[in-house]
Amino acid sequence: MLNDIFIKPFVDMFTAPDFLLQVLWEGLVSGILYALIALGFVLIFRSSRIFNFAQGIMVVFAALTLVGLHAMGVPAWICVLLTLAVMFGLAVTIERVVLRPLVGQPDIILFMATIGITLFLIGLGEIIFGGENKVMITEELGIPTDSVVLEPWGGLLILEQKDITAVIVAALLVVALLAFLNKTRMGRAIRALGDDHQAALSVGISLQQIWVLVWFIAGIIALVTGIAWGARAGVSFALEVIAYKALPVLMLGGLESITGAIVGGLMIGMLEKLFEIYWGQPLLGGNTETWFAFVLALIVLLFRPQGLFGERIIERV
Amino acid sequence: MMDGTEQTHWTNDERQAAVKDSEGYVTADGRQIGGVLMELRNITLRFGGVVAIKDISFDIREGEIRAIIGPNGAGKSSMLNIISGFYTPSEGELWYKGAKRPPMKPYEVARMGVARTFQNIALFEGMSVLDNVMTGRLTHMNAGIASQALWWGKARDEEIANREVVEKVIDFLEIQSIRKTPVGRLPYGLKKRVELARALAAEPSILLLDEPMAGMNVEEKEDMSRFILDVNDEFGTTICLIEHDMGVVMDLSDRVVVMDYGKKIGDGPPDEVRANQDVIDAYLGVAH
Repeated sequence: MLNDIFIKPFVDMFTAPDFLLQVLWEGLVSGILYALIALGFVLIFRSSRIFNFAQGIMVVFAALTLVGLHAMGVPAWICVLLTLAVMFGLAVTIERVVLRPLVGQPDIILFMATIGITLFLIGLGEIIFGGENKVMITEELGIPTDSVVLEPWGGLLILEQKDITAVIVAALLVVALLAFLNKTRMGRAIRALGDDHQAALSVGISLQQIWVLVWFIAGIIALVTGIAWGARAGVSFALEVIAYKALPVLMLGGLESITGAIVGGLMIGMLEKLFEIYWGQPLLGGNTETWFAFVLALIVLLFRPQGLFGERIIERV
Repeated sequence: MMDGTEQTHWTNDERQAAVKDSEGYVTADGRQIGGVLMELRNITLRFGGVVAIKDISFDIREGEIRAIIGPNGAGKSSMLNIISGFYTPSEGELWYKGAKRPPMKPYEVARMGVARTFQNIALFEGMSVLDNVMTGRLTHMNAGIASQALWWGKARDEEIANREVVEKVIDFLEIQSIRKTPVGRLPYGLKKRVELARALAAEPSILLLDEPMAGMNVEEKEDMSRFILDVNDEFGTTICLIEHDMGVVMDLSDRVVVMDYGKKIGDGPPDEVRANQDVIDAYLGVAH
């Protein structure tokens, strides 16, 4: 038993390094997607202290809109632009109808409001696009679907090109977002608003404008996530469930930290795959990926309640 | 200087007199004060049944240090909140740069050149001193979002130009050594100074300071007084400040409005106000 837990998995890893790489790659790809969703959460949390429960459904909604528009015969790239326009419209509507009337309310009320948005979008999505599974328009968007086969140490490593594309696009998105937040006027305004509303108003920052902007960026992230995940698993409302995976990512990474969201996402993606393959399947009958992330997050919370990268809350009494 | 005690309602004659008077005056220390920059006319502010400010009129002139003083609860902060747009007056008019100002959101007022600090320090705690002061420049930056996203062209030039102004302010207020420090880690006195720097970075037409010396020790108070005087002297910034420490105010300001229970009980140069019986009563209490 001890041998199975502490020795055999590592022996397996070293005797078949190519397979280990394959497992890590798969983990990395899902990790990137967790990180993207977590990024959407972090962005909205930083600028408004709202925990946006609707980020997951926004992913589904963006993907559904894209596929739905294409089904109507619109060319793929125009679909992307139109979907962006829809996400912008959504941001404006949410700000106007939900957030603005609730300014100054306790955080929990705004959190409940985002649950409301989630349920509303599920309903709206089903009415417009129907509830059945759809196929992501991967090829139409010009995303390569072949595989790259590598042979490290004489073994075999298969990388799907669409996964490679997803990783590259996600990395570019993250870099662009970090630059935007840290280098530009708007980025500074977003960070400022998250810290102190009153002070932000006094330096000429408009709450409404920034909120629309932030929700729109969250919408763009949602679309990218939707395309990448949809290309792997198809587009359905089940996608929303991966949003819950962002919760342990956030607990691990901390709610305020963009770096935390990324590192947390990648860590959880890779660790849960490793655990599943080397411990879960042989010892626990598999399917550990559904709960592993949450257990890991709980363990981290025991030792670092603010997450690995979160701001430590020190209150003077 | 007129006494101002009875001057609660403006007649047309008085208004004309005020306009004639708009050439300004010369202060005791020989500084030339300009025309009227902001004028509050018969301002009243009610919260439900409570009257926080009752029918107050006064003006702020270009280049002067104008103080609003009064005991706790006199309505000083409410007055500042009206000027900065955080409150909308129930009655009365606010004239700014010769035009009547319609009701506005605080961020719109800020964009018109009114900067402020807060009594309980409102800084962006998670950001560095430099970033905090940079937010003060937001009203001066207007590059398009595409330019910003690409960090190219106008946005980039703008950022660099504004950075120069900010560095000047940071130098001026002697906070160079902490420019990269997150504000949350600074002691109280320095935070107050960073807040002043952020307001000053906006190069405001009017700088509103809500109790800039509150909670400071003697040395910090002296520093802050010196900075306020230097700012006014160096940049010619018009300053309107609230303070309840009489001693500090009298040394700093050119003209003083005294409030008590939401009413104006005195208005004029420090010496004149100090001799005003109503003011003495309000501060020392009246024997019954």
